[in-house]
Amino acid sequence: MGNQLLVLDNEKVQKARQLAQAIAQKVQEDIYRHTTVSVERTVARLFGIDGTNHEDIPLANVVVDQVNRAGFLDRGIAYWIANAVVVLDKSPQEIAQHCARDLHICELSAQDPNRIARVMNTYTDQALTTIAKERQKRETLKQSLGLGEEPLKYVIVASGNIFADVEQAKSAARQGADIIAVIRTTAQSLLDYVPYGTTTEGFGGTYATQANFRVMRQALDEVSEEVGRYIQLVNYCSGLCMPEIAAMGALERLDMMLNDAMYGILFRDINMERTFADQYFSRMINAYAGIIINTGEDNYLTTADALEEAHTVLASNFINEQMGLAAGLQSWQLGLGHAFELDPKMKNGFLYELATAQTIRQIFPDAPLKYMPPTKYMTGDIFMGHVQNAMFNLASVMTGQSIHLLGMLTEAIHTPHLSDRALSLESAQYVMDNARDLENEISFRPDGIIQKRSEAILDQVVDFLQDIEAKGLKRAISEGHFANIRRPQEGGKGGDGVIPKGIDYSNPFMDRMQQELGIQSAPGKGRSW
Amino acid sequence: MVSSKDKVVKPYGDSWGDGQVQLSFTLPIPAGPLALEAAKRLALQMGFEGIQVVNMKDLHGFSHFILYGSSRHSVNLDEISVVDAGDEAMTFDEVNSFIEKEIRRKVVVVGACTGTDAHTVGLDAIMNMKGYDGDYGLERYPMIETYNLGSQVPNDILLQKAMEVKADAVLVSQVVTQKNVHIQNLTELIEMAEAEGLRERLIMIVGGPRIDQPLAKELGFDAGFGPGTTARHVSTFVVKELARRI
Repeated sequence: MGNQLLVLDNEKVQKARQLAQAIAQKVQEDIYRHTTVSVERTVARLFGIDGTNHEDIPLANVVVDQVNRAGFLDRGIAYWIANAVVVLDKSPQEIAQHCARDLHICELSAQDPNRIARVMNTYTDQALTTIAKERQKRETLKQSLGLGEEPLKYVIVASGNIFADVEQAKSAARQGADIIAVIRTTAQSLLDYVPYGTTTEGFGGTYATQANFRVMRQALDEVSEEVGRYIQLVNYCSGLCMPEIAAMGALERLDMMLNDAMYGILFRDINMERTFADQYFSRMINAYAGIIINTGEDNYLTTADALEEAHTVLASNFINEQMGLAAGLQSWQLGLGHAFELDPKMKNGFLYELATAQTIRQIFPDAPLKYMPPTKYMTGDIFMGHVQNAMFNLASVMTGQSIHLLGMLTEAIHTPHLSDRALSLESAQYVMDNARDLENEISFRPDGIIQKRSEAILDQVVDFLQDIEAKGLKRAISEGHFANIRRPQEGGKGGDGVIPKGIDYSNPFMDRMQQELGIQSAPGKGRSW
Repeated sequence: MVSSKDKVVKPYGDSWGDGQVQLSFTLPIPAGPLALEAAKRLALQMGFEGIQVVNMKDLHGFSHFILYGSSRHSVNLDEISVVDAGDEAMTFDEVNSFIEKEIRRKVVVVGACTGTDAHTVGLDAIMNMKGYDGDYGLERYPMIETYNLGSQVPNDILLQKAMEVKADAVLVSQVVTQKNVHIQNLTELIEMAEAEGLRERLIMIVGGPRIDQPLAKELGFDAGFGPGTTARHVSTFVVKELARRI
């Protein structure tokens, strides 16, 4: 438990949490009713289906599209693959390769349900065992090598070429970075498939592929040994392939995933039903794999005002927390996001930043909070930018943040140069070490600006959540309550990939993980044990 | 032409004509005597004299330098001609009253980050109610009707929307410029507008950190706005251009 620099009204905090739970619960009812093409492709991938056809279309897409076109995806891809395995006595991968040529798995005769269930169990066991092993390996490495000191220093590489990213990542780790995020190429979030193999071309980032994950994780394992601390790897579990990326990350031992319940809807105009269903399964996989998620509330403040809208960040933290818990994540896996985005010209702006950061810290004491640097008011004045980032570093160490995304002095200009990253790490190291125990030496005046600001935000949060609870989250989003962005309930990309589950739907991974994580499964459908 | 001393300028450190420049860069070799000498020679080739390397830091296989030098070069201000568009920008109130008097109806503006670009921060700074740096965004202008389509909007959708709402102006924001992806996308937009016979009916504007007027013109846009632009600059251009066309 961090320092209690602020006095929070616990009743209000509790009230906000209950409201968020009610909001999440309503959305959850819709989630249970739907599956998506991406959820089903994830099942296919976890059954071991990998690679592409002659047109570079991933085999997971080939198989799922085939069943979807035939109109039978409401039963779940697991059933169709397992049935084909029984008929043809081939592995899921071999079946997928045949599907890429001329096999139509929906036309095969239906087999004995018990034999199908046994096949499903076998492949489900196999995948979950692999994921559990990777999780165990991470725990062992974290224990033997240790982690850096919080706030953990998180930097981004984004060259477009995974092999160049590796060099930059290793260099950053040697200079003190604790966490490496490989930014995805622009627009990957809107691809309804995950590209295959290692890649060397990208725009503003590098493709997230399973092979790229593997290359980077291996490089970071090497550099972890060298620097004597476990360097964590991050990618983006967002967009139209949320759960597939989660599965790949689980298999390749990524440590963190950007994974927000609403980000895709707001900032990528992805269909609501699609996002909610996808985020649920993706979070369940992350939960099972022991991956820490990072939520994206910082983005709200890039479009909305950081002073007027601070409470929407906190409100979204509450909702993300509840939706995360509903998917089986534990508090230590919830890297709830917020940001240092006030106008630097504002009088006492730093005090307001402290108020928000400390309020969030105290409300979510066990969550590894993700603190994001200034972006909106960063300009081409790199000298000023370096100072803005120094203030951000100070706020972070003073309020005990956990995951600290380093600000780059060239934020407004280009993806970071190697030296930008080095300067930034040096500044963070200096500020954080210099003020390491400041938080233990101070308290905020009970009648002061910071305490008053915190109280005002909490009041606003309760009102705001009450309003959303009354309206429902979907309507609230459609009316622009988050980030000043309006998204229609029925619109958005990827809506055609949402499929109502049939009464005979099965997803053995969801069943098994729900069971092992001890979370609620769909109403009306008994737990399978 | 009499060339006064004041017309020939070079960088100013702390006295006229000292030519002092601060410079930093990274070399892809470890710090050491070899890297130091390489950095000095590079600076010499860049046109600096009296080079002082004030900092060399090893970045594990790379080396970072901060150095000072005196530039050998200078420019004669009399030989330069520039158009300063910024000074002509009207204020929020001036733009609105200009529209009321000269155009006598609301001006319709559609904005989008097109192609694969997901970075709306620039577009939002111009369009959102709040604006940027104390300068209100176009949404706040009573005489401007705005449609902010957000990120990753395909070019055809943007043009379709522009037609649907009878737009006067189209604002395109391009932030991601890696490997010149923006050039291709912007060219496609203009070609599409021309093919559909819409080009002449729209005031087409592009903005972004790597955009400037010459580039915009070259690509077939009416104007290009770079860093430091706020809604006043854009709205002034739009309403004056529209008044000129009417």
